[in-house]
Amino acid sequence: MGKAFGAVAGVGAVGALYAMKRSWDPLPSVKAAGFTTVDLSTCVANKLVVEKWRGKPIFVLKKTAEMVAAQSDAQNARDIVIGDDHYMVNIGLCTHLGCIPAYRDKKHDFLCACHGGEFDASGIDTKAPPPSPLVIPPFKITGNTLILGEEGPEFKKMKDAGIIA
Amino acid sequence: MAHFEKAKSLNEWFDQRLGVNTLNRVLAKEYWIPKDINFLWAMGMVLAITFGILLVSGIFLLMYYQPNVDLAFDSVNYTIMQEVGYGWLWRHVHAVAASVVFLIIYIHMFTGIYYGSYKKGRELIWISGMLLFVAFSAEAFSGYMLPWGQMSYWAGMVITNLFSMGSLEMNGVVEWIRGDYVPAQAFLDRFFMLHVLLIPIVILLLIGIHFGALRLPHVNNQNGEEIDFEVEAEKYRSGNKAASKVIAFANDFMAKDMFVVAVFLVFFFYLVFWNFGFAMDPVNFDPADGLVTPAHIYPEWYFLWSYEILRPFSKDIGLIAFAFAQVIFFLLPFLDRSPNAVPASRRGLFNIWFWVMLVDLIVLTAMGKLPPEGIYSTIGYVAALVFIALWIALPIITKLEKKL
Amino acid sequence: MKELFILAVVTFFSLLTYWLVEPFAHGQMHAHVDSKSFAYADLPALTKQGDATRGADTFMAGGCIGCHNVKALGMETGMSAKDAAAAYGVNPPDLSNAGAIYDAKFLADLIKNPAHAMSVEHKFDDMHPHPMPAFYGAGGEDIDQEIADMVAYMQSIAVKAEEVTPKMAFEDACGRCHAVRYTKWTQLGEMPNFKYKKDELRFQADVLDAQDAVKAYMGKLPPDLSMYIRSRNEHFLSTFIEDPQSHLHGTAMPRVGVTAHASEQVIEYMKMAGDPLAADRDEIGKNVMIYMIFFVLFAYLWKRQIWKDLH
Repeated sequence: MGKAFGAVAGVGAVGALYAMKRSWDPLPSVKAAGFTTVDLSTCVANKLVVEKWRGKPIFVLKKTAEMVAAQSDAQNARDIVIGDDHYMVNIGLCTHLGCIPAYRDKKHDFLCACHGGEFDASGIDTKAPPPSPLVIPPFKITGNTLILGEEGPEFKKMKDAGIIA
Repeated sequence: MAHFEKAKSLNEWFDQRLGVNTLNRVLAKEYWIPKDINFLWAMGMVLAITFGILLVSGIFLLMYYQPNVDLAFDSVNYTIMQEVGYGWLWRHVHAVAASVVFLIIYIHMFTGIYYGSYKKGRELIWISGMLLFVAFSAEAFSGYMLPWGQMSYWAGMVITNLFSMGSLEMNGVVEWIRGDYVPAQAFLDRFFMLHVLLIPIVILLLIGIHFGALRLPHVNNQNGEEIDFEVEAEKYRSGNKAASKVIAFANDFMAKDMFVVAVFLVFFFYLVFWNFGFAMDPVNFDPADGLVTPAHIYPEWYFLWSYEILRPFSKDIGLIAFAFAQVIFFLLPFLDRSPNAVPASRRGLFNIWFWVMLVDLIVLTAMGKLPPEGIYSTIGYVAALVFIALWIALPIITKLEKKL
Repeated sequence: MKELFILAVVTFFSLLTYWLVEPFAHGQMHAHVDSKSFAYADLPALTKQGDATRGADTFMAGGCIGCHNVKALGMETGMSAKDAAAAYGVNPPDLSNAGAIYDAKFLADLIKNPAHAMSVEHKFDDMHPHPMPAFYGAGGEDIDQEIADMVAYMQSIAVKAEEVTPKMAFEDACGRCHAVRYTKWTQLGEMPNFKYKKDELRFQADVLDAQDAVKAYMGKLPPDLSMYIRSRNEHFLSTFIEDPQSHLHGTAMPRVGVTAHASEQVIEYMKMAGDPLAADRDEIGKNVMIYMIFFVLFAYLWKRQIWKDLH
């Protein structure tokens, strides 16, 4: 009977362990803040929208037709395309030391005020010191809505293509 | 009910109820320590005292510290450092002791390795000691989170990221540990709990086991001489203390220990008052900011060697090498195939192994702090390979060793 | 003897490790910048002898007081710090003591070409000029003479250079962009003690507005400097104040052009904010050390007594 009692106690311990595991899970309020939805239909071309997602600024930029026409393949590959519209969606932190670059709508590029790094309108670094392009956050598209924090098929495709490290 | 005589003295009263005389005999008066030892044998006592200092200073810090991401930094740097009477002293003492305790742990470990004090019945001392090392590392890391400065935050970010297991990308595990996508309130609270409650309890238990594991096999001596403790103890008891090869733990061994502790404390307080920068990184006096990464991220000095083993390799291999470095010291008593428990100087190839290992760890430590560029990166890579090679070579060279 | 040898070995390896991870590693990580003793050698030397009386007229005619207060003389723009910050990005400094806090050569160059004197030419061009307009002369024949006169005038109304206090220097040269919460300093001045929560919130909202203005002007909010005395070292602070570009090329922080003395005062202020008990530490440390001598001595005597029978 000693063994049987041990087994019953063991079941209780497993139950308690499960409760302990659950106590360490991210809280619902934290999880809710982990997903941000952006309505892309309200975006105005060549006007930068800054959203906040998991404590980070997210740049959303709808491009004008002229901007799209002038783009290279590498730049196109980083765009989210819905219908004919191209959107840039990047984490708005300079990959050098994490400052937040500013958008220059006349030149269609980003300038980081801290150390003078520059990025084009697709987030590709064009002037040192930043070592790499702006980071693309995990996203999913449903219709005109962008959900940040979830990996949709478009995101996975970019990942497979090696655009997202 | 057991029969109790009326006690004639306070001592007898306690002895009847707690057996204090027996305890005193077994743990102090007739706990025999070899006489042929040097000051390195006092490192255990130095560690015990340092742990005591950490405990006391920590209690006073705990009374004003606020485990809240908005308040933590100022509660440490303003409330404790500027407002609380002698708060700055507790904080400096706590920070310096937390760093110096690792220096002593390393000296203590290398003393054990040099004199072969991990075999012939002393395996559990070594293993419990290694568990203490791991527990102290966890304690140091969790404590490092609490001031919530830039280094706290980014060390928390980088170290918890390791649990994604490289290409396995187990981000769920990382988020579970953090309780959030990034280190935030839940993260700070749980590391606070670990630091002030759970890990200290584990450490206290392990210290008990460590001391317990020492009692039966006795302390080693500096010549690896096998001592007949019964015979030597008899000589001591009969008054022939000078001829006996053993001394009592108290007060004989204690008196020497306390002298070493005293000298250590001079060095310790010099660091506390005038040279504390190495234990309180300047970068951590910038408040945590998830939007700005510091120019250089490096762990505290005592983690640098294992950090450097992680760094020069590609992500997955680095993680495997890192995991290897964390567990391999545990296996020392079993990888050392030689029956000789004598100082390394008399063990031929093992002597070379010992000094190469020591120098290699120092090289790894230095490279771990430097930016991973150019020549430093190469040196670090070579040193990491040497570290792994040394452990592969250990069973072979000790197997070849002649029995003394 | 053997013990001393072992001690020497342990000490050697400990010190070697210390040297490698501290002085050596930090020397490799951070470029060393030498102080140039606040000589501002890149700025043109003053060739003209200024005249304070003439300078007073030029000062008024030059339009300085359109944006700058000179409270010591009762001249005020009527604009609150908050409104000024909103209008110019940063609240223009009161010029009462500018002559004592800032280097004369720097002031002269600043009046002529602000972005040049402050080494922020990379941030401004004709499209986006510096908020302080350059001085093109007040009708006199020699613009350099006019500038020298104005500098002489500012020096004449200021306190003596050696009378510049830590608070004065910091608030004037740094405190319009940087907050120091440990001294209750904000971009809009010292935070008063409020009786009502509503007033406090109002003040804080104004500070947030001022911070937004500075943020827009600088690219990001200049950091709170409460703990900078510990997060940076004194040498770094001094050389950074002297020339921010020398440490952080391309930084938006302007060179503020303080004199060597004013820079010392600024650092003194930061010590007061972030490490005010440094002197106590030293004092108590000495006493602890004296105590430790006795501690070691008595520990040694006890050991000797016990071990007398053991040898």
